[in-house]
Amino acid sequence: MKFPLSWIQDFTPVPTDIDLELLEDAFVRVGFEVESIERVGNDVVGPLIVAKVVSIEEVTGQKKPIRYVGLDCGEVDIRYVICGATNFTIGDLVVASLPGAVLPGDFAISARQTYGKVSNGMICSARELRLSDDHAGIIVLPSDSEIGSDAIALLQINDVLVDVAVNADRGYALSIRGLARELAASLALPFEDPIGAIDADKYLFTDEAVPVHIEDTSAASVIYLRTLNSFQAKAESPLWMRRRIEKCGMRAISLAVDITNYVMLELGQPLHAFDRDRVNGALHIRRAKNDKFLTTLDGQKRNLHEDDLVVADDIEPLALAGTMGGLSSEVTPATVSLVIEAARFDPISIAKNSRRHKLSSEASRRLERGVDPSLAKFASARAVDLLTQYGGAMHLGSAMAGEPRYSPIVDFDPHFVSRLLGTEVGSDVVAEKLRIVGCDIEMLTANHWRVDPPSWRSDLLAGPDFVEEVARMIGYDSIPSTLPMAKSGSTLSPLQIRKRTMTTLMSNIGFAEVLTSPFVSEAMMSTLGLDDERGRAFRIANPMSEDFPYLRTHLAPGLTSALVRNLARGAKDVAIFEVGSIFLHLTALPIAENVSTLHRPSDAILAKIYAGVPHQPLHLGAIFAGNLESRGWWGAGRKGDWSDAISLAVRLVEESGNDVQVHAVDIAPWHPGRGAELRVNDVVIGHAGELHPRVIANLELPYRTCMFVLNLSAIPFAPVKRALPVWTMPAAFQDISLIVDAHVAASDVERALRSGAGELLESIVLFDRYDKVDEGKVSLAYSLTFRAPDRTLTAEEVSGYREAAGAAAQTRLGAIIRS
Amino acid sequence: MSLTSELILDAAAEAVAAILAASDLEDLKQVRIDYIGDRSTLAKANQSLGTLSPELRSEFGKIIGVARSTVNSAYENRKVALEAERDARVLVEERVDVTLPSRRTLKGGLHPLTLLTNEISDLFLGLGYRVAEGPELESEWLSFDALNIPADHPARSMQDTFFIEPLDAKLVLRPHTSPVQIRTMLNETPPIYIICPGRTYRADELDATHTPVFGQVEGLVVDRGITMADLKGTLDFFARSIFGADVKTRLRPSFFPFTEPSAEIDFFFRGRWIEWGGCGMVNPKVLLACGIDPDEFSGFAFGMGLERTLMVRHGIADMHDIVEGDIRFSQSFGSGAR
Repeated sequence: MKFPLSWIQDFTPVPTDIDLELLEDAFVRVGFEVESIERVGNDVVGPLIVAKVVSIEEVTGQKKPIRYVGLDCGEVDIRYVICGATNFTIGDLVVASLPGAVLPGDFAISARQTYGKVSNGMICSARELRLSDDHAGIIVLPSDSEIGSDAIALLQINDVLVDVAVNADRGYALSIRGLARELAASLALPFEDPIGAIDADKYLFTDEAVPVHIEDTSAASVIYLRTLNSFQAKAESPLWMRRRIEKCGMRAISLAVDITNYVMLELGQPLHAFDRDRVNGALHIRRAKNDKFLTTLDGQKRNLHEDDLVVADDIEPLALAGTMGGLSSEVTPATVSLVIEAARFDPISIAKNSRRHKLSSEASRRLERGVDPSLAKFASARAVDLLTQYGGAMHLGSAMAGEPRYSPIVDFDPHFVSRLLGTEVGSDVVAEKLRIVGCDIEMLTANHWRVDPPSWRSDLLAGPDFVEEVARMIGYDSIPSTLPMAKSGSTLSPLQIRKRTMTTLMSNIGFAEVLTSPFVSEAMMSTLGLDDERGRAFRIANPMSEDFPYLRTHLAPGLTSALVRNLARGAKDVAIFEVGSIFLHLTALPIAENVSTLHRPSDAILAKIYAGVPHQPLHLGAIFAGNLESRGWWGAGRKGDWSDAISLAVRLVEESGNDVQVHAVDIAPWHPGRGAELRVNDVVIGHAGELHPRVIANLELPYRTCMFVLNLSAIPFAPVKRALPVWTMPAAFQDISLIVDAHVAASDVERALRSGAGELLESIVLFDRYDKVDEGKVSLAYSLTFRAPDRTLTAEEVSGYREAAGAAAQTRLGAIIRS
Repeated sequence: MSLTSELILDAAAEAVAAILAASDLEDLKQVRIDYIGDRSTLAKANQSLGTLSPELRSEFGKIIGVARSTVNSAYENRKVALEAERDARVLVEERVDVTLPSRRTLKGGLHPLTLLTNEISDLFLGLGYRVAEGPELESEWLSFDALNIPADHPARSMQDTFFIEPLDAKLVLRPHTSPVQIRTMLNETPPIYIICPGRTYRADELDATHTPVFGQVEGLVVDRGITMADLKGTLDFFARSIFGADVKTRLRPSFFPFTEPSAEIDFFFRGRWIEWGGCGMVNPKVLLACGIDPDEFSGFAFGMGLERTLMVRHGIADMHDIVEGDIRFSQSFGSGAR
C-alpha cells in the first residue's frame, strides 16, 4: 500500500524528520516489506504562494495561446506573469512561484522578458511541482484558500511517501489506521485509534432509510446502509483530501467517490455510494443466480456467474459486491440522495468475484483479505460526517443487517513463546506485546491465559499465531541462532548415488548436461513416432501454450529440441544429455477425495492417494551429432556413430555393476537397422543407436544423429561385487579368423567362441571385420588371451583351446575357420 | 710377428688416439673393429702369446693386459660421451610446442543447477539430513490440503498451478517440493531431518526472472524441542555455506499457511539485501494432518528457489540461459571438480 507519512502522523507522533532507513527498518521489522520510500518536496523552494487571477490579456500572434496574467499575491501591487495554460479564468486562485523560487529539476524562477512582456514569476501546474502527472493545465485551488498564503504547506508538498507490501493475512494493514498502529508499535510510540473519534450512534435507524437484507448469510456477516439527501454532488472535495488520495496512488474524482475512498484508505473499510433514486426498494446481499448481466462502472457489460455475490435492489443487481459498482446506480453530478454501503463480506466470495471477472479493485483487495467486522458501523458513520461537512448532505436514516462475527477467545500458555522461539521471553513481555497488537488478556493462572484477539485480527486463532505476534514485537532479530543436527547420520540413496555418478561420468566423457522443458506437443510426439504406449501422455488442463499441452513420455522431444537450438546457434559438434522424470499414463489411476486434514487420513485412504499418483521413472538420455573427437592440427575428427551410442549406454549400465545384453530392435525414433535394445536380466532398461532417417529429415537434424536413453529406475542395483583374483602367470595369445553369414550377430559369435575356449580364456577382442558382400558373408578376426592361475601355458595347450573355440563357432553358427 | 713391448705400446697409443678421434658412435664402432676386434694388433699380439716361452709369456702377458685394459677403458669412456652427445641431440630434435591446443575430446559439463543441488545435498548430509525426493506429478491433497492451503486459496487456481486433465483426477504439477515433506511426515516418525531438492512448476511465463519449470530446495526438521532459533541457525549455516562466511541474514515476519510463525529469509550480498525464500515453524495443523502430535514435537521448514540462488551467486542475468539447454552454459561450469 502506498501512503504519505503525514497521514500516519494524525494517529502516532512519528517525527517528520525521521531517518528513512530507520523508518524502513521499522516497517520491515514488523513484517512489511518496503517497496519504496522517498522524501518528496525537498526540491521545491519558495516563495510559492496562493494568488488570485485579476486580469487576463491574450498575447496574440504566437503559435500557441499565451496569456499575460495579472495576479493578486497579497502584495501592494498587481504582479504580471506570462502563462501558457488556459484552464483558468478571472477570480480563480492559483499557485504562483515568485522570483527566487526553485522548482523540481533545479528550475530557478526569476523575472524575465518574454513574448514582449516582463514576466514576474510563474503559475504552476501539478506536474511542474511533481505532485502528479496531470499536465492538463495549471492548478486551480479551492475558492476558500487564503490569498498570499504559503502554497507549499497548502499543497502538502513536503512529505515522505512509502509503499509497503501487505501479506495476505494482514488485511487490516491496507489502511492508515493499521499501518499507523504497526509503526507506532515498532517505534514504541503512542497510537490513537481513529475509531475513538467517531460517534456512530448519533445516526439513528429510521424508516426513511433504504432497508437491507443479507439473503446469503455465508456471504456477509454485517452490513450498514446510511441514507442521505440534500447532497451537493458538484461540491469540490477539499484540497487536503484530494492530496492525500493522490499520495496513496489513487485519483480524486468527485466528492462522493473521494469521501468513500478517503475513508477506505484511512480505516480499511471499503464503502460504496449508490444514487438513492436509482435504488428500487431495499438492498439485498445475494448470489446472482438467474440474473445474467451487470454493467459495471467501467462501462463493461459483464456476464454474471450464478455464484457471483451481488448487491441487488428489489429488481436487479446493482453492484458486483465488494468488487465494483454498477453503472445504473452510479453517483452522478445530478445525484441528490445517497445510500452509503459498508459491509463485512466473506473474503472467499469476494476473491471469487474478483477472479471470475479478472477485476482486482482497491475494495476487493481489502475485502478478500478480511476486513475488521466492527468497521462497517464506524466507517459508514465517518463517511456521513464528511458528506455532511463538505457536501451539505443530511442523514435521513440508517439500516443494518446481520452482526459482526469475531475470532474466538484462545487459551494460551505464555511459556509457549519461549519454547517455540528458543529464547527466554518473560510473561510480562508477552502480555505487553500482545496488548500492543490489540489483544485483551485474562490471566487465569501463570500458565493459563485467555487471549481475546482484536476485531481486526481474524488471523489470530491458535497459540503459534500469538507467538508470531510476540516475535514480531520483540523483533525476529532478537531470536538467537542455534544449529541442530540429526543424531542419526545419513547418506544418499542408491538411486541418488546412481544419478550423481552417471551424470559425472557423462560430463567427463564430454557430454554437456541440459534441462529441457517437459511440455511437449502432439506434433513432436508424432514426428518421433511415439505413438505406441509411449504416446499415452498426461494432458495439462491449463498449459502455458495450447501447442505444448502434454507431459513428456520420453526424453527424445527435449533432447532433439535442445540439439536443434544448439545447432541453430552455430555449434557443430554437439553432445548433450539430460536426466529427468518421464510421465506415462499407462493404467487407470484411482481418484482420491481431498479428505479432511484435521487428523492423519487412514492408511487405506493414504494408499489410495499414493496410488492415484503415477510412477514417474527417472531416465537418462543423450543425443549427439558431429564429431565426438574433435578435428584439429592433428588431423580430422571422428564422427560419433551408432556404435558410440551403444557402447556409451552399455558402459553406463556396466559401471552400475550389471551385465548388459544388447539386441537388435526396431523401435521409434531409432533407425530400424541401427537401433539396439539393452537388457539386464532380460528386462529392457534402455535403447541406443542412430535415429531414424525420417526423424532426422523431419527435424532437420544432422545426418546420422545418434541417441540413447536409459531407464535409471529400472536398472537393478547390483549386489556387492566379489573381487576377482588377479592371476600373475604369463599370458598366451592366439588369433582366430572365421567367416560367418552376414546375418549372424557378432555377440553370438563371441558367445560361441567363449564357450568353446574354456575357462582359461581371459579376454576376447574382435580386431578386424570386413563384409564379403558378394557372398553374403562376413569375415571376423579375434584375438584371444589365455592365462592359467598356476603355470605357464604351453603352445600346444593354447592352440588346442583356440581350435575348440573355433569348433564351437562352427557347430553353432556354421562358421568357417580360416587357416 | 716378433713381439716387442714397443710394438704393443705403440699399438695401444694408436688405438687410444683413434678412439678419441672418433666423432660419433658410427665412427667408434669402426674404431672398435680396427683396434679392439679380433684382427686388431693387440688381439693378434694376445693370440701370439701361446707361442712364447713361459717367461716371455708372463712378461708380455702383463704388458698386453695393461695395454688392452687402457684401450678398453678409453673406448668405454668415449662411448659414454658420444651416447650422451647423441641423446642430447635427439632430445633437442624431438622437442615439440607444448602450447599447441591439445583437447581432442569434447568438453562436457554438468548443469549448474545439478552442481548446486549436489552442493546443497552434501551440506545437509553433513548435518545428518536425508535427501528426500518425490514425484513431480503429484496429488492435489498432498500438494495443498495437507499443507493447510484451503481449497479457495489463489495458489490453487489455474492461474498459478498446472492441473492435469481430467480435473477430478486431482493431480497437479507440484508447485513446490512441500509434498515431499508431507509424504515423509506421513510415513515416518520424528525425528525427521530432510532436505528436498527438486523440479517444481508454476504457471508463470518464461522471462528474464521467471520460468514455469524451476528448481526448489526445501528443508524440514521435526523433532522434540525444535525452536525458531534452530531455524535461524540452520539458515545462517546454509547462507554462509552458499554465499560466503561473511554473509549476513535477516528474518522478516511473513505469512504462509503451512508455517506459524512465518518469515522471509533475506541475505545481504554484494551491497544489498536479497530475498531468498520463505520459512517458519511448521503449523500444528500440518503436523496433525500428518499424524504427528504437536504437543510432543515441533518443527521448522524453509524453501528457496534454486535458479534464484544460482543467479545471485554467479551473476546470471537472464533465466533463459538456465533453461534453454545451450551447451556453452553447462560447459562453462564443467563437472564440478575442485
